[in-house]
Amino acid sequence: MKAQFVRILTLVIPLLLLGGCSSTPSKDEDKAGVGAGASVETRGAGERGWRGERGERGTGAGEEADTSSVHGHGAWASASLDDPNSPLATRTILFDFDSSNIRSDFVEVLRAHAGYLAAHSTVQVTLEGHGDERGTREYNLALGERRAHAVKQFLMAEGVGGDQLREISYGEERPVDPGQNEDAWARNRRVELVY
Amino acid sequence: MYRYFLAVILALWQALAYADLTIEITEGVQGAIPVAIVPFHAPDEGAPLPEDIGATVAADLARSGRFRILPEQDMLSRPSSGAEVDFHDWRTLGQDALVVGRVQPNGSGGYLVQFQLFDVLRGEQVVAYNVPSTARGLRLTAHQIADIIYEKLTGTPGVFASRIAYITEERGRDGVRRVTLKVSDADGYHPQTIVSSTEPLMSPAWSPDGRRLAYVSFEGKRQSVYIQEVLTGKRERVAAYEGINSAPAWSPDGRRLALVLSREGNPEIYVLNLGSRALTRITRNLAIDTEPAWSPDGGTLVFTSDRGGTPQIYQVSASGGEPRRVTFDGTYNARASYAPDGRSLTLVTRRGGAFRIGLLNLASGALQELTGGPLDESPSFAPNGSMIIYGAKVGGRGELSAVSADGRMRQRIVVDAGDVREPAWSPLSK
Repeated sequence: MKAQFVRILTLVIPLLLLGGCSSTPSKDEDKAGVGAGASVETRGAGERGWRGERGERGTGAGEEADTSSVHGHGAWASASLDDPNSPLATRTILFDFDSSNIRSDFVEVLRAHAGYLAAHSTVQVTLEGHGDERGTREYNLALGERRAHAVKQFLMAEGVGGDQLREISYGEERPVDPGQNEDAWARNRRVELVY
Repeated sequence: MYRYFLAVILALWQALAYADLTIEITEGVQGAIPVAIVPFHAPDEGAPLPEDIGATVAADLARSGRFRILPEQDMLSRPSSGAEVDFHDWRTLGQDALVVGRVQPNGSGGYLVQFQLFDVLRGEQVVAYNVPSTARGLRLTAHQIADIIYEKLTGTPGVFASRIAYITEERGRDGVRRVTLKVSDADGYHPQTIVSSTEPLMSPAWSPDGRRLAYVSFEGKRQSVYIQEVLTGKRERVAAYEGINSAPAWSPDGRRLALVLSREGNPEIYVLNLGSRALTRITRNLAIDTEPAWSPDGGTLVFTSDRGGTPQIYQVSASGGEPRRVTFDGTYNARASYAPDGRSLTLVTRRGGAFRIGLLNLASGALQELTGGPLDESPSFAPNGSMIIYGAKVGGRGELSAVSADGRMRQRIVVDAGDVREPAWSPLSK
């Protein structure tokens, strides 16, 4: 725990000093405010980092995403995948039952990832599709692929090159929650962005 | 007294050490045939037999649910050959059939197993066999004897000498998840590891000659379809295209493999000719098409498709053509496979929110629910059509169960090692 706290500080302090992706003071406050209250489970870039759903993060990221669309992808050029305060730290996209539609509460996170990937055209990400345990395994394998594909298409529509994106489905074979209830199933219906 | 307890504990330990699966009958069937199996007479001299043949035969027949086995302590006499049988003893006990036998060493380290089956009511012998065997082969011989008795008394071939493949998953002490494809005898004895991985394994499928298994492996962080020889472990990768490679299903002549590939954009059914390696595309639709299975005559495929909005079962000619929908009850029907007589399909059907095993009569279109769910999956017919083995989730853990094709009898197959799923019943042993 202490090591993690130190890590947070070493990331937050430079951001407060440098101002992060944009230079508006209110944004720094935003970052500091959310960062201080957030629980941090990120690991370094290239490793598998994941978080739960973060509704309030979505709002903050929305402002940054708007900024990036105004300033172009260059706004993401200095972003870091290791930054626990960035929307890029959200690597899990959740889905509704029997659906592969991108939910509105994940649009901004995906736009952030799209911006980052477009600004770093040599970076690749694997989109891992998953489903909950209900129904047959092979059909769920296909559903997982449909979800991964939906994320891929969204990212490409936002300007990411297809060669940066890899898809794989795990169906119901790799749940994050082994529970047999709605909450567990909701957590398992996901696409994970694995850098 | 102490020695008795020790013997019991040792016997239980022995049983656990051998069997990954033990089988409990949860519901019996009416009209079970009362049969007595006299303990087989063992050789008078030499080492004790490594196998109690009479007990294994009795356990097999009892497990089918179609027989009521006379407890040994109720027997009035213990004949080991026809000459010693007094049918009056057995009629008094209400038995319909009687099995007697003896095991003798045959001089070269092996054994000769002799058994006779009698119709008690008629006082006649039904069948007699002399079976040469070995010390290691005695249990298989017992299963073969059970198969013969089963067939003589029910008219249906037995499946006691057949095998099942299944997938288990365990978390080791190091916290790493390990997925293993295993093959065991139909009674759970002698589990043998076919392949083990830290990445998922899915969809084991027996070749019609029972010598190979096709399966899906996620090793290398991608899906591939492998075919592996059970005896030698030698394997070959037959599909590793872009996207999904899964759901292998052998044609009845063993020459073709139906597969699901999404290499052209979305999951479609293909047929791979194992000789020429030519790939024939069967479905052409933006929907998910998956879970193919062959009719016993090799001319038709059934598969799952959500082209109508939700998963339903469709039939198509094995050489391609326009698919025809066959399920119309309910909003989720998937993973269909044919009964050996080709007249019905077992499948997964969702009713009342629960995923259950169902049986579809192809002629009438009637869909019968055989199990209660809530998370039943992966049904596989026994090769004699009498039972369907499937995966169920109980208390958050996967385990195997079997239900008779008429739905009246159910067995729970208890595993003591991790999560168990995706059973596949081998073809009849040849």
